[in-house]
Amino acid sequence: MFPSRFDLVVAQTVAEAVEAKVDAGEGGRFLAGGQSLIPMMKMRVAFPETLIDINRIGGLDAIERANGHLRVGALVRHADVVASDATFGAVASAAPWVADPLVRNRGTMCGSVAHCDPEGDWNSVLFATGADVIAQGPGGERSISIADFVDGAFTSTLGEEELVVGLRIPVPSGRSGGAYLKLERKIGDYATVAVASHLELDDSGAISAAGLALTSVNPINTKVGDAEALMVGQQPSEELFAEAAELAAAAAEPRDDVRGTAAWKRQVVRTYTKRGLAAAAQQAEGS
Amino acid sequence: MEVNITINGSEHASDVEPRTLLVDHIRRTVGLTGTHVGCDTTSCGACTVLMDGTPVKACTVLAAQADGSEVTTVEGLKGADGLHPIQSAFTDDHGLQCGFCTPGMMLVGASLIAENPDPSDDEVRWAISGNLCRCTGYINIVKAIQTAAARVAESSNGS
Repeated sequence: MFPSRFDLVVAQTVAEAVEAKVDAGEGGRFLAGGQSLIPMMKMRVAFPETLIDINRIGGLDAIERANGHLRVGALVRHADVVASDATFGAVASAAPWVADPLVRNRGTMCGSVAHCDPEGDWNSVLFATGADVIAQGPGGERSISIADFVDGAFTSTLGEEELVVGLRIPVPSGRSGGAYLKLERKIGDYATVAVASHLELDDSGAISAAGLALTSVNPINTKVGDAEALMVGQQPSEELFAEAAELAAAAAEPRDDVRGTAAWKRQVVRTYTKRGLAAAAQQAEGS
Repeated sequence: MEVNITINGSEHASDVEPRTLLVDHIRRTVGLTGTHVGCDTTSCGACTVLMDGTPVKACTVLAAQADGSEVTTVEGLKGADGLHPIQSAFTDDHGLQCGFCTPGMMLVGASLIAENPDPSDDEVRWAISGNLCRCTGYINIVKAIQTAAARVAESSNGS
């Protein structure tokens, strides 16, 4: 298999890439790791007229902490996230479970986020940690909260002339923990079910911030807002997490498919939510 | 478009269509057919090559993206003094049956032992988790990669 014909623009700067996108219009697509886009082009599900390769742009490959945030550039590969010392909680926990080792060597975190695959892992992590997507267009840079960014399956609110140049994930200042528990049939498969959890504790040990999001059990990654609200202000406990798990199970509308029945997947949501939150709390208490 | 890729130490300058995949470029333009095309959908790892030392699935990289890089294919494993330790270990430990996944398995194995001189079972299995063996000969593949690691460690200790 091979893609349909396209013009290739190899951009050297972000400005050049954005300019090429403006010129290409609707028929233009950015190419970073290409681990989703190239297969889609080979299957002729995607057929951009112009492909704008951003891999040669300097300065987009840093993953680092700055001003209370973890900043992830557009060319940071999943493998770089696995190897990074700057990550924390759910981000560090999810990275080794994205795709397989070879795909992680090429695919980028930002590309995966921008792709908005409804079964992608990263957007759940970004929901749980309350991250922002940084987009650059001809008018400059803007920051979009992940909740405003994700619009649906394979759809985001990114402007036609904008490039995702990075992610900004708030690094908790106090005690915190997080986990990404993913059930998959084999390495490299989509999640059957995955749960991202994130907890921050105040000085009294009560939960001061909570994040919970689900992968592969709804038409798009799902933030479980009512469970998050329930936990804030409470002391971590098995009972509390069991209650949160019920809300998570209620928020999941999985389908019967080759990966399992809907009823079973909902039960996995329940179990993984309890385990994930317990792991997050334990990590926070030890931090 | 013009691309210049160093494959197994030799420079190959060619005029390719932008849509040419790296694996097709290696097999058809350069004529090295040791790199296999299996699933062609980024799942099986039969097309694995090292791009600047990092294993990637060459069915999911454009040749144009490899412009200026150094690519190692299975043909590049063999050195002046004979087979690479990963190759002789695959032979000795029966690390292959039909042989289709073998180039990818050996390149991932070689890349692993370059970083980790004494990989555990779990570490080897984790490293090859993007490569499928449809003969399901994983036990001997894992064994062969560990044998190769031990031989490399032994020869570097001895020298």
